[in-house]
Amino acid sequence: MARQIYQAIVDGILVGGVYALMAVGLTLIFGVLDIINIAQGVLVILGAYLSYSLETRLHVDLFLGLLITVPAMFVIGVAIQWAFIRRLRGRERTSMTLLVTYAVALIIEGILYEIYGPNPKQLNASYVQSSVHVFGFYLSYIYVYGFVLALALVAAIYALLYRTRFGRSVRATMQDETAARLIGIDVNRVAALTFGVGVAVTAAGGMMFGATNAFNPNSGYDLISRLLAIIILGGLGSIGGALAASVFMLTLESLVTIWSPEWAIVVFYAALVLVLLIRPTGFFGRQPVRAQ
Amino acid sequence: MRSHPVWLSRHNLALSAAAILSACLVAACSSSGSSSSAGNTSSPSPSNTKPIVIGASLSLTGDFSADGQAFQKGYELWAADVNANGGLLGRHVTLKILNDNSSPTQVQTNYQTLFASDKVDLAFGPFSSLLTTPSASVAARYGYALVEGAGGAPSVFASPANQSAHNVFDVSLPIVDELIPFVNWVASLPPAQRPKTAAYPMADDPFADPPVQLAQQKLQALGVKTVYSKIFPAENASYKPAADQVAATGAQAVVLGSTDVPTVAAFMQAFEQQHYNPKMFISAAGPDQGAAFTSAVGKGNATGMMVPNGWYPGYPNPASQKMVNEYVAKYGGSPSDVNADVAEAYSVGQVMAQAVTGTKGTDNAKIITYLHSGVTLSTVQGPVRFDNSGQNSSAAAFTFQWQQQGTAYKQVLPVSASGSVVIINPKPNWTS
Repeated sequence: MARQIYQAIVDGILVGGVYALMAVGLTLIFGVLDIINIAQGVLVILGAYLSYSLETRLHVDLFLGLLITVPAMFVIGVAIQWAFIRRLRGRERTSMTLLVTYAVALIIEGILYEIYGPNPKQLNASYVQSSVHVFGFYLSYIYVYGFVLALALVAAIYALLYRTRFGRSVRATMQDETAARLIGIDVNRVAALTFGVGVAVTAAGGMMFGATNAFNPNSGYDLISRLLAIIILGGLGSIGGALAASVFMLTLESLVTIWSPEWAIVVFYAALVLVLLIRPTGFFGRQPVRAQ
Repeated sequence: MRSHPVWLSRHNLALSAAAILSACLVAACSSSGSSSSAGNTSSPSPSNTKPIVIGASLSLTGDFSADGQAFQKGYELWAADVNANGGLLGRHVTLKILNDNSSPTQVQTNYQTLFASDKVDLAFGPFSSLLTTPSASVAARYGYALVEGAGGAPSVFASPANQSAHNVFDVSLPIVDELIPFVNWVASLPPAQRPKTAAYPMADDPFADPPVQLAQQKLQALGVKTVYSKIFPAENASYKPAADQVAATGAQAVVLGSTDVPTVAAFMQAFEQQHYNPKMFISAAGPDQGAAFTSAVGKGNATGMMVPNGWYPGYPNPASQKMVNEYVAKYGGSPSDVNADVAEAYSVGQVMAQAVTGTKGTDNAKIITYLHSGVTLSTVQGPVRFDNSGQNSSAAAFTFQWQQQGTAYKQVLPVSASGSVVIINPKPNWTS
């Protein structure tokens, strides 16, 4: 039994890394723009399909392909923000963006169906199926690489937010949009770039999801509720919180799977409710500045 | 007077409306024919009388979209064939297919629309047992015969609606018994060659569980020790933890209660990562999906994977071969790319056509009586004869296996059945 528990913890941590890659973009976008991007799940799948096209048509390695898919997704993110979200203003902006991002999800899903069809695809590379034997456990390379990538991306986003001029603008906008305008920050530009960055990092999540799961254009909808639960638990807007919550939730779910896989999903959401009862802002959530 | 809220600006509304309209447009384009006539107008045209409109709800998007779109092709292929041969009773056949997005709620709404508003003449079933049960209750309420090809779970036939209306007819193999050829084959092996242990991971689905549970019961009776038997949610965050648990048992046989390719692919990937090679691996669904399966898991890894079914592209039936050739001509690919959904859907049309011809009309009450009369009908899947519950009592269960490095999908069980080839046992190790 001890071995099963260790295995479950290892699995939870590694799968948590994959979910962190998918969740950080969502929480970043919420933190800056006050937007729940319902299209996040479909954007993950879009990232997976971009990697799939590079792998199958140009034989580009999955990780090297990120050098292309991340910028491409950045451009797509900026375009979505410019076309659909930029002009939404007012008190009900957040709820309106729910509707708009859902529509964006439908558009992207439809386009993906048109291009790739409904049959499931899966990304492949030599390290996707292989594993390394460590302390009696087989650790699959793809999950290990994915976890390292998640740590690196979180560090990179922290560096972007805390070590750059753009990051200062982002943080100022997160704290108080009106005050940020008053001190000369181009809030519209910050919003577009942040949305772009949030979608860009999702390319990495998409690649990891596609390498560890077969997917089709519809697969994103199964993801969105879990991703939302993760970013709420981590603290809305907290990048590190998204990583911590991903690892916590997936480890918990993996542990429960030992005894009852059916209950694992219940425990996943029950844990969210319990933590929020004790700490309403999640693990690393800030007090709601905008409400003050 | 209350002023308009700020968000209710023309800009916001226009933008939202534009986004939603675009979404609807793209969704409509992506599922071409999903809500329109799918009849074929090729010559010779049926006589110019009122067409027979057949309504169906299919999962053109959502979790079952791969199967749903394959079903759509099967229905359309059948309609094209019928119309090319003069239609039904001299009337052109038109399909009206609505997209249910794989939702048990939407499928009810769709059939309600088809029956109450569109007043279609006849009804074809949706994809999956999960969606057939709610559909059947709507069909029963409106007095329609629901002929379907993918609702074989016991819960479909045991539903109160079907118990009272007896209006559901499944043209395919009843799923409970579909693993029996595999069990019988294990029983036929010398004791030393039988698996000592078996694992039974099952998706929480009315289609996936019953055959696996029956197989478990029978294999246990043969002395095969159960080392894992758990049900996992059909929509999982990751199958890896459950698959790793199975791998840790080292079971010699895995009987997976799967519903689709992604589930099987996830288990296969986790097994390979754990260097776990079960000697036998059979899945309730997934490997029967032709190229969709082999492209997801890799042809090498597909070798030795087994799946129960009642039909395969090489099925030695002239009508089946004709359908396969037509499919390849229309949609491309090779015969092995044609998955069983297409044949199931095509068979639905064939059964309905024979019922319409047999009753000389589209009166659903007469069709229900006719289909329960014990008449044997012919389809691309073989003979169909319905029992009292609406299950096909003439269907034969087969087991198929991917062979020749994942390039050939072969019937292997029952061993004595015509067309069966030698089974690969044990399953080769993963090859990635």
